[in-house]
Amino acid sequence: MRDIFFLVKDLEASIEGNKILKGINLGVNRGEIHAIMGPNGSGKTTLSNVIMGNPLYDFGSGDIVFKGESVVELPPDERAKRGIFLSFQYPEEISGVSMINFLRLSYNAINSYRNPNFSQPKPMEFRKLVKSKMEVLKIDDSFLSRYLNEGFSGGEKKRSEMLQMLLLEPELIIMDEVDSGLDVDALRVVSDAVSSLNDGKRSFVIITHYSRILKYVRPDFVHVMVGGRIVKTGDYSLANEIEEKGYDWILKEVSV
Amino acid sequence: MSKDEIKRIKVDLSEYDFKDPENYAFKFEKGINEEVVKRISEMKCEPKWMTDFRLKSFRIFQSKPMPTWGYKPYLDEIDFNDIYYYVKPTDKQGKSWEEVPDYIKNTFDRLGIPEAERKYLAGVAAQYESEVVYHNVKSQWESKGVIFTDMDTAVREYPDIVKRYFGTVVPPNDNKFAALNSAVWSGGSFIYVPKGVSVDIPLQAYFRINTQNMGQFERTLIIAEEGASVHYIEGCTAPVYSTNSLHAAVVEIIAHRGAHVRYTTVQNWSKNVFNLVTKRAFAYEDARVEWVDGNLGSKLTMKYPAVYMLGKGAQAEILSIALANAGQVQDAGAKVVHAAPYTTSKITNKSISMGGGITVYRGLVKAMKGAVGSKNHTSCNALIIDELSKSDTIPHIDINEDKVSLGHEATAGRISEEQLFYLMSRGLSEHEALVTIVNGFIEPFTKALPLEYAVELNRLIELELEDAVDAGARKVIY
Repeated sequence: MRDIFFLVKDLEASIEGNKILKGINLGVNRGEIHAIMGPNGSGKTTLSNVIMGNPLYDFGSGDIVFKGESVVELPPDERAKRGIFLSFQYPEEISGVSMINFLRLSYNAINSYRNPNFSQPKPMEFRKLVKSKMEVLKIDDSFLSRYLNEGFSGGEKKRSEMLQMLLLEPELIIMDEVDSGLDVDALRVVSDAVSSLNDGKRSFVIITHYSRILKYVRPDFVHVMVGGRIVKTGDYSLANEIEEKGYDWILKEVSV
Repeated sequence: MSKDEIKRIKVDLSEYDFKDPENYAFKFEKGINEEVVKRISEMKCEPKWMTDFRLKSFRIFQSKPMPTWGYKPYLDEIDFNDIYYYVKPTDKQGKSWEEVPDYIKNTFDRLGIPEAERKYLAGVAAQYESEVVYHNVKSQWESKGVIFTDMDTAVREYPDIVKRYFGTVVPPNDNKFAALNSAVWSGGSFIYVPKGVSVDIPLQAYFRINTQNMGQFERTLIIAEEGASVHYIEGCTAPVYSTNSLHAAVVEIIAHRGAHVRYTTVQNWSKNVFNLVTKRAFAYEDARVEWVDGNLGSKLTMKYPAVYMLGKGAQAEILSIALANAGQVQDAGAKVVHAAPYTTSKITNKSISMGGGITVYRGLVKAMKGAVGSKNHTSCNALIIDELSKSDTIPHIDINEDKVSLGHEATAGRISEEQLFYLMSRGLSEHEALVTIVNGFIEPFTKALPLEYAVELNRLIELELEDAVDAGARKVIY
């Protein structure tokens, strides 16, 4: 089992004394796209935060294994350096830190880990690299001198997350409620970003309440999460079923 | 003046050209009395009016009580009888490098301060500028009638201007420390910019010859005539070591009609220093005065740069930061007085406390009767890095006119764990994330500084955070 690309095993976690995750099991191979769907309060956001190592959540028991290495003891930056990326539902706004400076710090940190011979690109070179990614996302140049996510609209924040993803080229991408509050254009941008990285070597875990995004990024597997557990797994047709019938029928199945 | 020229001047700072024209006969003892005040005046060959001014100020100093605000436990430590009130420039060089505390030497190392500059900052060598460069720059000003010299020289060479303005903005009876400064002042800068002249490059305390701009009781006077403009910069971000623990400076600015004066200070005194400074400006009709004030270091700082807007349409902007680490109290803020119609002021204060340090924002916004249409906007933000540290906001508002508009926003908060997590999820270590957030927090201040100051300030913040975290002030979560 440990040779699986990404493995979540019997994962339990809590926040402020309330147990939220009650034994999650998930296996993801390289190149796969998984969707985790579930009603509000099922623990989806907790799962994404625990995978990334947010200290506000208490890790209980179980294991998270990425490329054969348990990451549960690693701080978030070490997880990021190993290739895990979390696209946040509500990314933080950080005043006074320009996008370009932030991107440079992040890019240099991640790449110095990946490649011991990495040398930091010159400012002009780096700007060029970032701009090439911005074109894919249809982002305006003025973006780079703005402060990190400060005053960004919902769509701009999502573009900021996608820009970071394209620049850092992670291997495992967790997307938390990526479609919440996005219009069709922004959804298209997200799906373009995913396709441009989806080269068969990277994996995606798309966490979502609604199946809307899954029309743009088609998953290989769909899991349904209820009450801190994955209660049902299927293929893309499961997402369609949820769209038609909602979650009630699954809740009934679970309680039986 | 081109960028290259500025660079060349900086390089030339490493050159020394010692000269010491003054040779004083007697040695000053610790403590203060009328005799000491008279001797200071005598040594400087001052005119009688200045001697009288000093003596009058000394009597005021004696009668004034200590401030009732600020941090009492530290204020109580000041022993006025245990201080040298006049130190000859030659005595200043008497200290040896060995006497400089290790933490200062280490900070020089970590900041990468050049060897030659270290000794100057540590107070073990006097810095004299290369005469050639100095004269180059100086002649550019002089051809326009600009005067830029040290205060002692100004009293002798420009008595009419000095006599007209000296002590008019900050009178000796303003507060106990202003009275003390008025009695024993020495050093500081004198700047006079004639009508309509704008000095394009910032005047830096650096450029002066044979002066003690980092004196104990420096006195600075800036006069900008109608329509003139000037930017003065003093200090540096590297720590300045001083064995004299009491520093009480006075800065007076007079901005006549339509003049524009910006005064930038970044001070990082060693951690034994009481830094008690009175800074005030008069802004007449349509004049604009800006204080950019950075307070790092010292044991206790009490400093509230002020602008009195005395003419219609005058403007004030006060932008300041304060950083308090272990054992330090930064009691700093701003004062604006709207004494004429349609005057506008903006106050931005940022404070950071860490390692058990205490920051206090203390401010006054006052509008006189008749200051119709005046506006103030005050914004103070305090960032608290760890559980040990504290911050307080004490805004005073005194409004005697209905037709004014005031805006006030204040925030105080601990460093956000969610922000740290966000940055760390992008590969930044906890320390890098912390430094990034704190430097972002003070960005409105750093972007008002010349580039080399901004870079050094960011680096210094990083060092201070390292010290606080190493001392165990911040719980390591990750």
